[in-house]
Amino acid sequence: MKFTVDWLKNHLDTKFNNNQIIDKLTNIGLEVESFESSISELDNFIVAKIINTKTHPNADRLKLCDVDIGSNKTIKVVCGAPNAKNGLLTVYAPPGSIIPKNQMKLSVSKIRGVISYGMLCSESELLLSNESDGLIELKNFKYANKIGEKYFKNTSEKVIDLSITPNRPDCLGVRGIARDLSAAGAGKLIFNKKSNLKYRGNQNINVSIKKEKVQGCTTFGSCLIKGVTNKESPKWLKDKINSLGQKPISAIVDITNYVMFDLNRPLHAYDADKIDNEIIVRSSFKGERFEALDNKKYFLENDMCVISDRSGVLGLGGIIGGVRSGTEYSTKNILLESAYFLPRSIRTTSKQLNIDTDAKFRFERGIDPLSIEEGLIKASELIKQICGGEISNLDVKKIENFKKTIINFDPFLFEKTTGFNIENKKLIKILEKLGFNVSKNKKILKLVVPSWRPDITQSIDIVEEIVRIKGYEHINTSEPVKTRLKPTLNYYQKLFHFLQRSVASKGYLETVTWSFTDSKINQLFKENDEEIPIVNPISSDLNVLRNSIFPNLIFYLKKNLDRGIKDISLFEIGPAFKGKNPGDQLTVISALRAGKVSRLSWNDKERIVDIFDVKKDVIQSLCEAGIDKDDIIIDDKTPSYYHPGKSGGVYQNKNEKNALAYFGEIHPNIIKKLDIKTEGLVIFEICLDYIKKSKQKIKDSKSEYKFSDFQKSERDFAFIINKNFKSQELVNIIKSVDNKLIKLVRVFDVFEGENIPEGKKSIAVNVTIQSEEKTLNENDLDNINKLIISSVESRSGAKIRS
Amino acid sequence: MSDIKKIKDGYIDKLNTENNVDKVNNIKSELFGKNGIISNEFKKLGSFSVEERKKLASDLNNIKDELQNKISIKIQEIETKEINLKLEKEKIDVTLPERDIEIGKIHPVSQVIDEISSIFSEIGFSVEEGPDVENEYNNFTALNTPDNHPARDMHDTFYLDNNKELLLRTHTSPVQVRTMLKGKPPFKIIAPGRTYRSDSDQTHAPMFHQVEGLHIDKNVNMGHLKGCLNYFIKEFFEIDKIKMRFRPSHFPFTEPSAEVDIGYEIKNGKIVIGEGDKWLEILGCGMVHPNVLKNVKVNPSKYQGYAFGIGIDRLGMLKYGINDLRAFFETDYRWLSHFGFDPLDVPTNYRGLSR
Repeated sequence: MKFTVDWLKNHLDTKFNNNQIIDKLTNIGLEVESFESSISELDNFIVAKIINTKTHPNADRLKLCDVDIGSNKTIKVVCGAPNAKNGLLTVYAPPGSIIPKNQMKLSVSKIRGVISYGMLCSESELLLSNESDGLIELKNFKYANKIGEKYFKNTSEKVIDLSITPNRPDCLGVRGIARDLSAAGAGKLIFNKKSNLKYRGNQNINVSIKKEKVQGCTTFGSCLIKGVTNKESPKWLKDKINSLGQKPISAIVDITNYVMFDLNRPLHAYDADKIDNEIIVRSSFKGERFEALDNKKYFLENDMCVISDRSGVLGLGGIIGGVRSGTEYSTKNILLESAYFLPRSIRTTSKQLNIDTDAKFRFERGIDPLSIEEGLIKASELIKQICGGEISNLDVKKIENFKKTIINFDPFLFEKTTGFNIENKKLIKILEKLGFNVSKNKKILKLVVPSWRPDITQSIDIVEEIVRIKGYEHINTSEPVKTRLKPTLNYYQKLFHFLQRSVASKGYLETVTWSFTDSKINQLFKENDEEIPIVNPISSDLNVLRNSIFPNLIFYLKKNLDRGIKDISLFEIGPAFKGKNPGDQLTVISALRAGKVSRLSWNDKERIVDIFDVKKDVIQSLCEAGIDKDDIIIDDKTPSYYHPGKSGGVYQNKNEKNALAYFGEIHPNIIKKLDIKTEGLVIFEICLDYIKKSKQKIKDSKSEYKFSDFQKSERDFAFIINKNFKSQELVNIIKSVDNKLIKLVRVFDVFEGENIPEGKKSIAVNVTIQSEEKTLNENDLDNINKLIISSVESRSGAKIRS
Repeated sequence: MSDIKKIKDGYIDKLNTENNVDKVNNIKSELFGKNGIISNEFKKLGSFSVEERKKLASDLNNIKDELQNKISIKIQEIETKEINLKLEKEKIDVTLPERDIEIGKIHPVSQVIDEISSIFSEIGFSVEEGPDVENEYNNFTALNTPDNHPARDMHDTFYLDNNKELLLRTHTSPVQVRTMLKGKPPFKIIAPGRTYRSDSDQTHAPMFHQVEGLHIDKNVNMGHLKGCLNYFIKEFFEIDKIKMRFRPSHFPFTEPSAEVDIGYEIKNGKIVIGEGDKWLEILGCGMVHPNVLKNVKVNPSKYQGYAFGIGIDRLGMLKYGINDLRAFFETDYRWLSHFGFDPLDVPTNYRGLSR
């Protein structure tokens, strides 16, 4: 909402200066977006200094100038003026400026093969004199320290631009703003003089509001103005329209607009001679069409509120008028409309047709239903004053009477809500100035809400009015109460924090990517999940919710590889979506490592990252987050986007349905399809929701501290075993021989090939044996060794290597 | 006897110049071996009278001690020299690079969320979460924003179905609804998370982060709201003084509503929070609207309280001098490395929020 201080002063008798007004507006909830002169085309022209000139390489008469345009910027301008010389202070017009003399718009252009950014101006080009021979020469003493500043002073009156919240339609007119200011003590609201307008004759175009299933119009007021001379608006009116940032059109249109912004009372003027017999306010039928004043043709649906005559639709009530009945300079007779349309109807129609107008914006938020006559009178007066003519009696058709809202307000609610007290007298004064009718019934105030405040429906709204006008600075700043109702984080939130930082500590950079992704990449990772399309995506390559984080991670991996970064470790923790309903989502960590380990190292052999790098990262992170390593079981069943032979799943229990983590290489087909050019790429993922919450806290679940000081022995074994036999199984078999004595089993070598039969492999393990009761003698150890060998051989089909 | 003294002096001189352990050992056996010079002198003692023997023996012992002492010092000296020489040869260039350090980082958004959680934890708030996909009711209707309310236009919503029933939450406020529906008052929660609006330009991203705050109890008023936010902003920006302005505004789900501005100035091209005469809007808040309380089955005549919503990304940008919002979500490895935080740098009260 834009207006000038002058305009405000038509409604407000105030001693406040501009800055005080600005501050007051913000303090009562009418946020000032800006307070600036309206933008002038002359603002572009700035003081500049030529710092270097040389002859144009392709034209002797032209010069190539380096021009200082302030803010440490120097640009190149081609110039033909004879007086262009080093050190000259002159006026520069950047590309986009319009030269006053010929109204030409400048653009960046090539002049004889050299690019010129804007131009340097002569006095005649700026319409300052007829001097067109050379550049304007500015006096050093006056302009030397003004380089970069505007050359022309902007003299237009400053415009206040308010951002009005949707609950305050009344402040979409200058008078409403003045009323708020007066309530807040910024001056006195000026009441309009009683009109002494003389009416002649009746409004003899019949108006009817049809009974409809849903009638969007409740009241239609109108009057006829006969014998007008439409013309250009007088200067004062043009200035007002300009200050709104709009272009003046004709006196009649400008007046209706002026009244809309002045009183927040939208009006519409029809050329009465173009109306076919009568006005019918009705609902539209599907297929009806009309051409609106924005020169677009609209096809209507059923049940839109239209103003029509016998020939068809004239306009969309409260939204936009039609071309057929529009006023022109030649218009002689006008029908002026001032009506009330229901916000819901306006909103539905304008959404369906995608129209936004100032009238629509206001009706949608709620216009004062009792302002119909006032609007007609104010506009008629101005039309008569500017365009002449005779005004008919006002005709108001209604299908519904306005019901005033009454609130019984207990002033105690104010203190209860705001925490501070205000005297009843002051409270009542504020409300009265805002237009409330206040009567007292013991402690309760009976309030009649002004008709222009559709937003006020209950007591809490009254509290807001009072505290807003009184000023939020009166609210105390109470010390925060530190009472805690429950722990800050629950188990899974803690897990989130631990795992996030744990993974990062393994050298991964955390990233945050969109929750949506490209369906083409997503389908490679979605497995059996349903695809979740977004109806109105921001772009076609962000068109589905991600079923996995990997599509985004891999997309950005490629971007970083393109930047020439070779070794990349990235992860994200966030949602992966499993369905389109609220809650169909899992919290997941997805991570990837690409490139090499020990690249270009002077002492270590460099190698490509492999599955055991990520296996370590994932297992270590899980352990750090509190999962017991002994509880972890590895399986080789993984989703299809993993390499079928080089990937694994992590489980906390046998026969569990969902793995809590996967790790491995990406399927080579996907690497190929997505054209990922990296030496190596391994990934892992952890699904936080699948981690089982332990029954006890770690501090409570620690077992008793026990250790043995008896001597421990180590023995090595090598077995020849089927190639597909899992080392995890072998280790488990050995441990199960004697859980008490066998403290540790380490796999220290795996070997296939020479001397090993086809389809077999050799696994070497180191077993640590220690008793808690005695030092084992050779005999004891031999017995265990024999048990280990026989157990492994019988349970795995392995043979001890001799 | 004087002969022995001469011999001794001769050997002392010899030992002084000797640098070989083997040769020193040879001298040792020359003197103290079975037929060594000194050993032989002791053997001779038997032929002297008791008186003489006493004197001679004492002299001889002194000579013996002196020589033995000298020999052991000499051996030690030579050995030390040899070890030093050996160590000298083993010297390596310690300025050669160490094995690669792999430094991981926490994203600024995550760090800021942890900072915020830490601050609110201090004053008794717990963390709640809600789903990213919401239904229309929780996101709008329950929050006193019925269909056809113009406030809905301010949220450019992503929809998942044509009936506009399912959507990506446009703010974290639906977590208020979920929290209150599933529990009983009092409530004292914050809810950080992802939020979405179909809006994308230099200063808007289609996804961003908010933290919702909600405190409902019997006597929570606007003074508490002001106190809570005043505390939060001071703690977050880690400054003692903050210029803060509460300004009336409008949100359908709070009444009265406020926006909060903080004072700032530009010093040497950098934004300095807390002082200055410019205002920066950083959050919206207010007293939870009675209609919202009714919708979530909380009796508004018994309970009241405040709610607020803060843009997390923007707070992070202000605190850590990040200019471009879009860069948060572009996964530029260099950017993540530059603006990211060390994983051990967990924001806590006792260690300080930021380093």
